[in-house]
Amino acid sequence: MIEVNGLYKSFDNKKMVLNGITETIQQGEKVVIIGPSGSGKSTFLRCLNLLETPTKGNILFKGVDITDSKTDINKLRQQMGMVFQHFNLFPHMTILKNIAFAPAKLGLQTKEEAEENARRLLGRIGLIDKIDSYPNQLSGGQKQRIAIVRALAMNPSVMLFDEPTSALDPEMVGEVLELMSELAQDGMTMVVVTHEMGFAKEVANRVIFMDEGVIVEQGTPDEIFNNPKNQRTQDFLAKVL
Amino acid sequence: MQIINYLTEMFEKTFIRDDRYKLFLDGFKNTLVIAIFATLIGVLIGLIVAVVKVWHKQYPKNVFLKILNIVAEVYTTIIRGTPVVVQLMIAYFIIFAFSDRAVLVGIIAFSFNSGAYVSEIIRAGINAVDKGQTEAGRSLGLSQFTTMKSIVLPQAFKNILPALGNEFIAILKETSVIGYLGVVDLTKAGEMVRSRTADAFFSLIFVAIVYLVLVLGLSALFKALERRLSKSDRS
Repeated sequence: MIEVNGLYKSFDNKKMVLNGITETIQQGEKVVIIGPSGSGKSTFLRCLNLLETPTKGNILFKGVDITDSKTDINKLRQQMGMVFQHFNLFPHMTILKNIAFAPAKLGLQTKEEAEENARRLLGRIGLIDKIDSYPNQLSGGQKQRIAIVRALAMNPSVMLFDEPTSALDPEMVGEVLELMSELAQDGMTMVVVTHEMGFAKEVANRVIFMDEGVIVEQGTPDEIFNNPKNQRTQDFLAKVL
Repeated sequence: MQIINYLTEMFEKTFIRDDRYKLFLDGFKNTLVIAIFATLIGVLIGLIVAVVKVWHKQYPKNVFLKILNIVAEVYTTIIRGTPVVVQLMIAYFIIFAFSDRAVLVGIIAFSFNSGAYVSEIIRAGINAVDKGQTEAGRSLGLSQFTTMKSIVLPQAFKNILPALGNEFIAILKETSVIGYLGVVDLTKAGEMVRSRTADAFFSLIFVAIVYLVLVLGLSALFKALERRLSKSDRS
């Protein structure tokens, strides 16, 4: 579904943050990316929907080169949901509007359909009573679940998660991971940057370890966590596990 | 008794005799018209200039934005670097020398003057909105324009409301220099009545009070607006 070819990224022509990444993500795969901070994993994820423009290389999404300036990136982004570390809910909109705004605005659904869909999604995550609340009235865990649902409301074919639990109080991490696990079970294609190794072990089909802008090692959770071959992977896991 | 007699006489001289209240009314009307239109058009100009500057910073490689940004920079530099009275006279006696519609020229001149200041206020407001808001909007597939209009600007406006209120108050008072073009605004009316009645106190204090009341009304309006917009802050 996503094909990355020779991806390089540097900011302001300084040191390369991504140093040549070639990777393919299949439909239905749940890929978890781990690695020390500054390893480029977030930048890699943000390149996938062009929130960062690659310095070199190209990315094919369903066979379309998204780095081509002729590609309508807005259309492609509609199919790629993104969840951020800091939620980024729209503080001036109610929860209902947060979820229903984009699908209705972009003409994917009528306003009524979008709101009906939002209600259904909120019911599913048990937050229907927050429908008229504003984001500031919610806990971190609730905000992040709403943010996930907001992305889902677009019916994306892939979901990108950029450290979705890193800004949460510890007691709220569980509810967010649970929702993500449910999504995984429903067959959603997911690319997740996270420090939650437990989640990686349970949910991932494939774990990618990145360091200094390259993919150092990858494999099944069992291969990476129980039998890492690379010294750097071993060092990293020794620190975090 | 004498004082009351004096006051009654001055009141009659200032407002009643020769229908002078009509002069004040006309002046009041001109002041309001110029201030309201200059404010509205000024915000529109300021909005466009601010968005051009912000987008140019986000997309430094876009040539079209680069050119627009240069125009915007020159505009704000000139407007903020010269007195409004001079701008007003240049507009009337040079740029629009072919027209004698002083009120219209005044509206245009004050609009462009105000636009330069408002643009800086709005730009600061946009920059104060978390970058993540733009990213969230764009990642949902919303266009750059829609993200700016529906996600960023509503939040920016809420934050800059007090500064914007100040600017509107300033415009209202600055319109008092329109008399340079021979337009009878509130200030000019007071001045004309003063010279005819040979009494400064009544006419000028009256004018001052009218401005004050207008400004107080404007402040109250903005306070109410702020309260309304802050409902999403309650936790």
